[in-house]
Amino acid sequence: MSFRASIVGGSGYTGGELLRLLVGHPGAEVGQVSSRRLCGEPLHRVHPNLRGHVDRLFCAPEEVEACDVLFLCMPHGKAAGEIDRWRALAPLVVDLSADFRLRSAQDYQAWYGEAHPNLAMLERAVYGLPEVSRESLPGASLISGVGCNATAMTLALLPLARAGLIKRAIADVKVGSSEAGAEPNEGSHHPVRARTARTYSASGHRHLAEVHQSLGALDLDATITAIDMVRGVLCTAHVEPTRPVEVKDLWKLYRSAYGEEPFVRVVAERRGANRLPDPRVVVGSNHADVGFAVDERSGRIIALCAVDNLVKGAAGSAVQSMNLALGRPESEGLTFPGLHPA
Amino acid sequence: MPEQITTVQAACPECDALIAFERPPLNGQVVRCTDCSVELEVTSINPIRLEVAPEVEEDWGE
Repeated sequence: MSFRASIVGGSGYTGGELLRLLVGHPGAEVGQVSSRRLCGEPLHRVHPNLRGHVDRLFCAPEEVEACDVLFLCMPHGKAAGEIDRWRALAPLVVDLSADFRLRSAQDYQAWYGEAHPNLAMLERAVYGLPEVSRESLPGASLISGVGCNATAMTLALLPLARAGLIKRAIADVKVGSSEAGAEPNEGSHHPVRARTARTYSASGHRHLAEVHQSLGALDLDATITAIDMVRGVLCTAHVEPTRPVEVKDLWKLYRSAYGEEPFVRVVAERRGANRLPDPRVVVGSNHADVGFAVDERSGRIIALCAVDNLVKGAAGSAVQSMNLALGRPESEGLTFPGLHPA
Repeated sequence: MPEQITTVQAACPECDALIAFERPPLNGQVVRCTDCSVELEVTSINPIRLEVAPEVEEDWGE
């Protein structure tokens, strides 16, 4: 049985990825796609890869009609203020912004610097990362999207956190330019962004709030660095463990945590160019590649995760969560294995 | 009568996955762990002992 899915604010990179995934989803009928700025323009004006795949014009947000699933890809703060209006149009709303990611009003205030405008819905939304919230997704009516950096940090550290192995961790997160979105800014100007290794958040990044929510209270900080890459996040977390471990112990932990996960692959080999996760390998796919190593001299654990920020770190997890909410096969529409070379 | 296959197993020293041999391995035989892909050398056959084969680093000598 098919379902009709529409997108509010579909002109950005996340909206484009959602469209790409929905076009290839065997159960999805692509409904309306709104953009106030591009109303009346064809979708391929800003999503040229979809030319010939979806013959549609952007509509105005006010023209969006009732559908089965409504994805919201609006700027930060917009969805929270308008959520009741959108929920009236669809039994399932998936908001890809940060507006409903945190369960706690205090956490939201602390990390985003303002009170949340809709506390009731904040508490009802389900965090859309199936690896941490799978049991809560079936039947959900409001799903929040995930932060891409948060996804990489969470999946790198989840088996260690569950085993109580993290005494202290620092995540070194390297990110591509598409994280900054389709709207240009000072940091995205080509002479500034190209061929760079520019740390733009040395500590206290907002996505840490999601990681703490998913993994519990941890002594964790992160440094985020923009590197010369369009898509992708690579989290390299340096973990001081609570007790000594060997690589063999980590294999058991990661195998146990992710052995049944359809999109998480353990990559921790001793040979070849791709012994550990590389974001280029997962470009365009919903995979999260996780890996690890142990420094035999210090006992430090190095935990890694590579994702495509626009797929597993945004639209892919949203579709995966939608599948679970609708009772559909979890991997439906998400089986693209990525490109190599990319 | 079909040949009876006796499977012997040994744990991978890298990831602890069980590696099955359809016939007793030979000393010096090289096998690959199907889980972590590491190359292993059989250094003893009774009991079976596996050791990780040496690897070449990407920046070796640079």
